[in-house]
Amino acid sequence: MKWFRKPSSAPLWQDEFPVYTADERYVSRRQFTKFLTLTSFAMFAGNLWILVRSLLHRAPSYPRQTVAVLDEIAIGGVKIFTYPTPGDPCILVRTASDSYVAYSQKCTHLSCAVYYEKEQNRLECPCHQGFFSIADGSVLQGPPQRPLPRVALENIGGHLVAVRMEGEGV
Amino acid sequence: MKKGGLTAIDGAMVLIVLLLIVQIWLLSATLESYLAGYREAAVPGAIISGILFGACLGLYLFVVRIDSEVR
Repeated sequence: MKWFRKPSSAPLWQDEFPVYTADERYVSRRQFTKFLTLTSFAMFAGNLWILVRSLLHRAPSYPRQTVAVLDEIAIGGVKIFTYPTPGDPCILVRTASDSYVAYSQKCTHLSCAVYYEKEQNRLECPCHQGFFSIADGSVLQGPPQRPLPRVALENIGGHLVAVRMEGEGV
Repeated sequence: MKKGGLTAIDGAMVLIVLLLIVQIWLLSATLESYLAGYREAAVPGAIISGILFGACLGLYLFVVRIDSEVR
């Protein structure tokens, strides 16, 4: 192709492995521009990869899992459980006599375990002082940019059952 | 003629660098949105990134053409 033809008639290996060290370090404007353009293509390919992953994404299915029995924990008390897999720690908080909330225990900053601070009525990450609202898991302060994923709970026959995750990223 | 050609090439290179910076930011922002579960940004991100790549390719071809003319 005419656009990509070498400007000189010397074979490619003579350019890639020159006799003089100075020639080896020399980068022409054309070579540098080609490198930048290839980098641009790599960025484009990255965006295409994200697009393909987005188009192929399927909504995850969550199991139903009993996490606690009503009145099992005191008002202001917490219970740690795992959902939806054994590798996903979550925290259940009883905020009032008839109010329970549950969130993923992984801080959305660097995945430290958050804990419930009863006096401040908020979830706190001890690593970088990230604070989350107990009402909806939104960020109150600190480096986290995203709210905590929430565990949707249902009261079935006196048992709190986790049915799905809400606001969970990929 | 040769000096003007070099100026044009340098200008094109600066433009490519600027476009590339925008494209890197675009990729990081799209990836951040995707990982956060917001997949709506993927389509416009890919389209704009493709346009930026097309502009970079056009500038590269411009550099090659000017380079071969001034030699």
